[in-house]
Amino acid sequence: MTDNPYKTWREAFDAAPTRDADFTTLSGIPLEPVYGPEEGEFPGAYPYTRGIHASMYRSKLWTMRMFAGFGTAVDTNARFREIIAAGGTGLSTAFDMPTLLGLDSDDPMSLGEVGRCGVAIDSLADVRDLFAGIDLSRITTSMTINSPAAVMLALFVAQAEERGVKRSALGGTLQNDILKEYQAQKEFVFPPRQSMRLVRDTMAFTAAEMPKWNSISVSGYHIREAGSTAAEELAFTLANGFAYVELAREAGLTIDDVAPRLSFFFNAHIDFFEEIAKYRAARRVWATWTRGHYGAEDPRSWQLRFHTQTAGVSLTAQQPEVNIARTAIEALAGVLGGTQSLHTNSMDEAIALPTARAARIALRTQQVLAYETNVAHVADPLGGSWFVEELTSEVERQAEEILAEILDKGRGSMLEGCIAGIEENWFQGRIADSAYALEKTFNAGRRIVVGVNAFTEGNEEEDLAILRITNADEKKQVERLAAVRQARHAARVEAALATLKRQAADPTINLMPALIDAAKAEATVGEMMGAMVTVFGRHVEVPSL
Amino acid sequence: MTTRVLVAKVGLDGHDRGIKVVARILRDAGMEVVYTGLFQTPEMVAVAAIQEDVDVVGLSMLSGAHLTLAPLVVAALRERGSDIPVVVGGIVPGNDVEDLTAAGVAAIFGPGASAEEIVTAITTLVPQGH
Repeated sequence: MTDNPYKTWREAFDAAPTRDADFTTLSGIPLEPVYGPEEGEFPGAYPYTRGIHASMYRSKLWTMRMFAGFGTAVDTNARFREIIAAGGTGLSTAFDMPTLLGLDSDDPMSLGEVGRCGVAIDSLADVRDLFAGIDLSRITTSMTINSPAAVMLALFVAQAEERGVKRSALGGTLQNDILKEYQAQKEFVFPPRQSMRLVRDTMAFTAAEMPKWNSISVSGYHIREAGSTAAEELAFTLANGFAYVELAREAGLTIDDVAPRLSFFFNAHIDFFEEIAKYRAARRVWATWTRGHYGAEDPRSWQLRFHTQTAGVSLTAQQPEVNIARTAIEALAGVLGGTQSLHTNSMDEAIALPTARAARIALRTQQVLAYETNVAHVADPLGGSWFVEELTSEVERQAEEILAEILDKGRGSMLEGCIAGIEENWFQGRIADSAYALEKTFNAGRRIVVGVNAFTEGNEEEDLAILRITNADEKKQVERLAAVRQARHAARVEAALATLKRQAADPTINLMPALIDAAKAEATVGEMMGAMVTVFGRHVEVPSL
Repeated sequence: MTTRVLVAKVGLDGHDRGIKVVARILRDAGMEVVYTGLFQTPEMVAVAAIQEDVDVVGLSMLSGAHLTLAPLVVAALRERGSDIPVVVGGIVPGNDVEDLTAAGVAAIFGPGASAEEIVTAITTLVPQGH
């Protein structure tokens, strides 16, 4: 190690692998891996404004992680295989609303919702089909689920162990970010503190038994989609991240036990430079707080790794092909901002779930960025731009102000501040205010959305062919669930659920082993969640406008 | 009299950005707005609409359950002898407009519907002098 930032970076860069590509412009001008003054900041060094790795995409391109799920597990498995065959390098599972709320497909409340905006998963049988024939050691999987996250992790472990894969060998991500559910996405089941017990249990369990697993994907995406500003997205997300660190401490884990396995998930909205500034600020704020405020010593705890998804809310139902252009610009911001993985939305998603064709074009958009444009050759190419540096600092300043307010709410505890803010509807109110403020600018014509409030010629053209999920698909899943209930060993299920209920009542017990036993006994998602509801109760949001 | 609107989230979909924005638009246009909160059944919505004596019921839907749930809300109202019109806003593919209209939905606002369009349509649905 030396004190010269450039030399320190050079050593780290030289030690890192380089992928097989020609790092020149299209016309043959050779390109350095990064540009900037020798005394300046470099990627791979604290506070990581310029990226978490010295070599960034020269070692490895971002993971092209496509979010997919619809209909039955068999339908979604086929889509997963199409994505992999088309060059996708990661998967993320979208679950339907009943699954996200811990209800079985035959629950009366599930009527009309089964398989509609994600895949229906009721039991181990469905998880088996979901990942059939997919090499989970090569393709990492993210499971986008929160209230029943512990249940889904149990099902995933049960499925892998059945295949002979040890839990310690499993790599992947559980979204498991319950705080943003109360703040923004609103798919909650238990009250906040009971939910946090399950988050604690999953963090402790994965820290001890699944070293390659990302226990939480702390998500700003939904906060932004619900209407927040960029700085609110950043601040709320990092506050939630700090809350999980504090929660882990309560379970006897140190920040260095858990922070390296936290990952983040941000939106890529349509304001190109603001988004890039947001990602740069995110790394800097996380690094300074984990090291300064929380005393982390492991550099991996300081490094904010993140997934990016382009902004669903920026898509229009009018002239949907134009969404390909929007998504490409948003994806480029994610790449220039140094994302570790990326999902690109499909052009038809303002209307329905994507068709296979639309999803393929979305993946191709990433491949154009990765392989045609050369934008991945140089790390943090906008670093040093007066504009981008100032915008980064401004987003950071705004986020720090909000973080101070949340910490104040919790009287020095970010965990308590986040829970208080949820209970007071403070997060929800701020998000709704920002959403409405933006909406007014569209309605007043001060902001243009092409095809919506301007340039509408062509809106009358024929609709795209869209994916349709019918009540026949729902019927198929309900019948499948009935067959599972018929074939399993009822006494074994009852015993497993009784144990789960008993252990749920004792907050000192980690519920993961009981959940895994219940999953192996083929208890359903609805039964496991229902057992916990009897102990934990349900959360009801006080309606506010 | 002031127009009263009940806005509701029916089913399991928690996406509430749209309903909150539309509620504020209607309030800014001088209407009184009642919000049911999340996770309502069709029956709960019908009962609340009658109790609150509203002029219009607005459903906000993103999750693809509109073809199943919106007709059930209309039916739950009619079964209780109410003729309150039901409108739907959200992610409704063009092909579904006909089915929803046939099921008695009075107006459908797709993605990108303007504030003016929504206010005008709801005003038109409320009988004169009401």
